[in-house]
This record gives sequence, structure tokens and C-alpha cells, in this order.
Amino acid sequence: MLSRTVFSRAVRQTAFSAIRPAATPVAPSPFLLSLAAQRRLISDAVRQAIDKAVASAPVVLFMKGTPETPQCGFSRASIQVLGLQGVNPEKFAAYNVLEDQELRHGIKEYSDWPTIPQLYVDKEFVGGCDIIISMHQNGELAKLLEEKGVLVKEGEQAEGETKE
Amino acid sequence: MASGTPVEDAIRQKITTALKPTTLEIYNDSHLHAHHKPMQGVTSRETHFRLVITSEAFQSKMQPARHRLVYSLLKDELAQEGGIHALQLRTMTPEEEAKRRTQETGTD
Repeated sequence: MLSRTVFSRAVRQTAFSAIRPAATPVAPSPFLLSLAAQRRLISDAVRQAIDKAVASAPVVLFMKGTPETPQCGFSRASIQVLGLQGVNPEKFAAYNVLEDQELRHGIKEYSDWPTIPQLYVDKEFVGGCDIIISMHQNGELAKLLEEKGVLVKEGEQAEGETKE
Repeated sequence: MASGTPVEDAIRQKITTALKPTTLEIYNDSHLHAHHKPMQGVTSRETHFRLVITSEAFQSKMQPARHRLVYSLLKDELAQEGGIHALQLRTMTPEEEAKRRTQETGTD
């Protein structure tokens, strides 16, 4: 079936599949077009840039401000939780959305999530601040980070001093 | 007469209609954030909300899906200039809420 092959190929080509239903072969109505314009759909370039950012480290946080100087209490809380969990700084990247308006708007649509901060682990969206904190409290975050191997290993800080 | 809390009213109405919550608590924390930088020039006193929602509608949904459900209901309020700036959510099913209750009473 032609329509099916075309559809599945299209899905494979986009980094994010299964978000939108398959496009119908008819030309979009003016109504749909104006709707798309209103929603300021992000460009391919922005989407690709975000793809790259999401893949740039095993743990990625999109936040307001920097880890050293967060500009928002929710971003600060999220950074603190990741620190408490013992996330290895080498496996972590933070992106300051306040420095880039395209990222600031783009990430909301990319993740289908209207607020910041946003946490990705292993390229998968985990959640915002409330989810990070509740997963921290119920142990799910520790489990996830452990499974992904992104925590500082015990004894690693005392380099060369541990022997079995 | 116009309501003094149009955003809160909209939140209550939309969530009640769509989710039929057994618990719905709406906290307006805006005054706590009125002085921070992004709020400069914003006159609305309804910018920061914290919601506790218990609903059957969250059954068999992970947290991100539950939050997205709430966000989608409040899409307009979140998108509006000077609308909701921050939205904290706690989303539970009735079973989860009952469990939490017993845990809480168990500890003290």
C-alpha cells in the first residue's frame, strides 16, 4: 500500500515520531494553515538543534539560568535534585533557555510541555520540576539514573586510593 | 459582576468539567513571586498556581501524561501574555490519594 510506505518513511525521517497523526493527502485548509501559523510551529532548523542538544549528554536539563546561577526557583530545585542524586557532571548538560528565544519557545513545542525546566535522560523526556521532585522522593529517579549509569561511581572521587 | 479571580475560576471550571476530580485544591502562590524579575510589568495577580488534583482520569497514566492532560486543558491560560506563568501540579488517582493518606497518618 503506497500511502502506508510513504507514511512510515516519513515517520522514520523525523526524529520525533508518533506526535502528530499522518497528514491527509488533501491540501490543508486555510483554517489549518492559520492555526499552524498561530501556534508558531518550530522550524526544522530549530528542531534539529534541539535534537542535538537532547542527544548531547545522557542527562540534559533545559532550564532558566545556569546550574551555578539559576534564574528561577523551579530550575534551582531541579538542579539541586540532580546534584543530590549524584549525577556525574561529565554526563550532564544544561541549556539556558533565557539565552536563546528560539530554544525557549521551541523546547515547549518539541516536548509538548509548556513550562521550564525540562529534564531528558537518554534522549527521553522525563518531566518538569514537580515530576523530578516526586521521582526524587519516591526513589524512581535514583533507579532511573542508576540504570542509565549516569551517577558518579562510589569511590571515584577518592581516585587511586581505593583498592578493592 | 466580574469575578476577581478569572484565571482561578477558569482553572476550576475546566478541570472540574473535564476530569471530574474527587479532590481539587487550587492555591494561588502569585504573591510569593510578585517581585521576581519576569513578573515586572505584569499586573495580573493570578500568575503562579499550585494544583492538587485527584481524578479517575489519571488511571493508568504516567505522570508526564497526567501533566500534559492538565496543561492541554489550560492551554489558553498558559499561552496568554500575562497569563499563568508557573503551574505546579500534584496529580493522583483516588487509590494513590488513599495510600498517601494512610502513609501520612502512619508516620505521626
